[in-house]
Amino acid sequence: MTSPLLEAIALACERDLRLLFEHLELRIAAGDMVQVSGPNGSGKTSLLRLLAGLMQPTAGVVRLNGKPLDEQRRELARNLIWIGHAAGIKDVLSAEENLSWLCALHRPASRDAIWQALAAVGLKGFEDVPCHTLSAGQQRRVALARLYLPGPPLWILDEPFTALDTQGVAQLEKHLARHCEQGGSVVLTTHHTLAHTPAGYRELDLSRWPA
Amino acid sequence: MSVFALLVAREARLLCRRPAELANPLVFFAIVIALFPLAVGPEAGLLQTLSPGLVWVAALLSVLLSLDGLFRSDFEDGSLEQWVLSPHPLPLLVLAKVLAHWVFSGLALVLLAPLLAMMLGLPVECLPVLLLSLLLGTPVLSLLGAVGAALTVGLKRGGLLLALLILPLYIPVLILGSGALQAALMGLPASGYLLWLGSLTALAVTLTPFAIAAGLKISVGE
Amino acid sequence: MNWTWFHKLGSPKWFYGISGKLLPGLSIAALLLIGIGLVWGLAFAPPDYQQGNSFRIIYIHVPAALLAQSCYVMLAVCGIVGLVWKMKLADVALQCAAPIGAWMTAVALVTGAIWGKPTWGSWWVWDARLTSMLILLFLYFGLIALGNAISNRDSAAKACAVLAIVGVINIPIIKYSVEWWNTLHQGATFTLTEKPAMPVQMWAPLLLMVLGFYCFFGAVLLLRMRLEVLKREARASWAKAEIQRCLGVRP
Repeated sequence: MTSPLLEAIALACERDLRLLFEHLELRIAAGDMVQVSGPNGSGKTSLLRLLAGLMQPTAGVVRLNGKPLDEQRRELARNLIWIGHAAGIKDVLSAEENLSWLCALHRPASRDAIWQALAAVGLKGFEDVPCHTLSAGQQRRVALARLYLPGPPLWILDEPFTALDTQGVAQLEKHLARHCEQGGSVVLTTHHTLAHTPAGYRELDLSRWPA
Repeated sequence: MSVFALLVAREARLLCRRPAELANPLVFFAIVIALFPLAVGPEAGLLQTLSPGLVWVAALLSVLLSLDGLFRSDFEDGSLEQWVLSPHPLPLLVLAKVLAHWVFSGLALVLLAPLLAMMLGLPVECLPVLLLSLLLGTPVLSLLGAVGAALTVGLKRGGLLLALLILPLYIPVLILGSGALQAALMGLPASGYLLWLGSLTALAVTLTPFAIAAGLKISVGE
Repeated sequence: MNWTWFHKLGSPKWFYGISGKLLPGLSIAALLLIGIGLVWGLAFAPPDYQQGNSFRIIYIHVPAALLAQSCYVMLAVCGIVGLVWKMKLADVALQCAAPIGAWMTAVALVTGAIWGKPTWGSWWVWDARLTSMLILLFLYFGLIALGNAISNRDSAAKACAVLAIVGVINIPIIKYSVEWWNTLHQGATFTLTEKPAMPVQMWAPLLLMVLGFYCFFGAVLLLRMRLEVLKREARASWAKAEIQRCLGVRP
């Protein structure tokens, strides 16, 4: 059996002397989509940050392709798109400037590809507008446009549906499902029930790992 | 290397679109200089003797003030997370960021300093030394301050703490910088001080990016 | 190479056990050394031919100043160990030692000022050593303030480690620049410690005091660390048993 793309072994997370979860096991292979759910404060964002290597677990280990995350930051960077609660969008820069910088930082993309990605998230005509004039939903779309560029297989998304309208939510759900069916993997948190799910979909309820 | 240049260009663009952030430390610098004659009296001789110290203390404080927000907006809008997760080495990215910040705020301060120093009565012959010492010293101030800014970026009220952490580390630059100016004022050669300042700059450029990167990783991982 | 022994060194339970055995020995050694050194130094050592009896304050000042400086170096070493090998015990040591170092710096400053009054005629003189000590005190304050400001325990320890390392690289630069500044601005004054060939009756008690201060430092550090380890491991069963034993509660 091949080792999964990302795997968490006996993971424990403690925040401010409060144990959020422990002995958490998770395996994410190609084609998987994992929806992390649980009540507020159950450690959903913390789990995502642990998986992305932004935080160190209190106990346990996260492995990428069978090797501990700490030893292969470079490999992780090549395989991962992380879109956090705050997505790294500067509001004085335009949508195009934001996106092209994020691409330069991770994986360079052509100007055409960037314009196509912005059009794909419904921002045609807003490419040159400073982001602070866009609505919250539109700003979120700028961040999500990264998902429409050719890129890494593993997506870790913290509340990607926040501020999106119904049509935007449906579009993103379909896009995520398609990514998984094409061999990608998605880990996300959201409070709503997904209408479009790929074959590899499952839910990880953090309230089942009580401290 | 291209990502370095791109980041410098991006930071320059950001700073140009929020010019107030650039202007505030300069105004602060001018006000602090203006405070001293009001506090110690307008006697020209006294002000001239004090001017090396005054210019340097004011420069140091205004650099410190401008650094408080160095990483704050990047931290709040999630940019730092993207930096940490990028395949490029973080020390290189922070070096670009600090460099861009210095080119826009530090350099402006260096250019403003001769004017204020002359208002304090510093003779024109001393201006080259003033410019050189500030040119060599302010990058060290920016880099060391960035270490403190990186460590305190996650804190709600980091400003005062930043000063507490970093001001003691500024002392060698203060001593060497104002020392160079005092030597020039007394007609002595200042090259020894300037060479020392230059070596501190080299040391800071090579070592502090690693400390800044470590600090940012800690703040992001909190 | 197998590093398990090194990580065992970082095990809180192991540390708690071994420190419990070391503590009485260190405390007794500190008491004896400081007691003998103090009586010998204050009562029996000959007075200085220039400074008279006021020189006797070196028996407190010098050990405190030495300890203050070596404590900062120890903080940086702990910082490196904590950052590189992720040893939690080094984090504990760093945060527990910082206040002790700050107190030692304060003691050195106060005794320096007291000595300065009869010698220089004023409580405070901008002497190179005193100024360096004052800056060291500020460095300690910064470290303690940073540790207190960050609520997350691990982040606080890591941040302090980075700051301590940056500080320790800076300390020699600060020290030399302050000495340079001092020689430029005032003539050499005679200092507290550098005097021509101190006789053995004078430096022997000083040596005892220095050793005593180090033992005292070790004992206080172990005490503080043991308390902190108990706090951190409060959920572990051995820690619960130990707390109940200390409180005299029979399970």
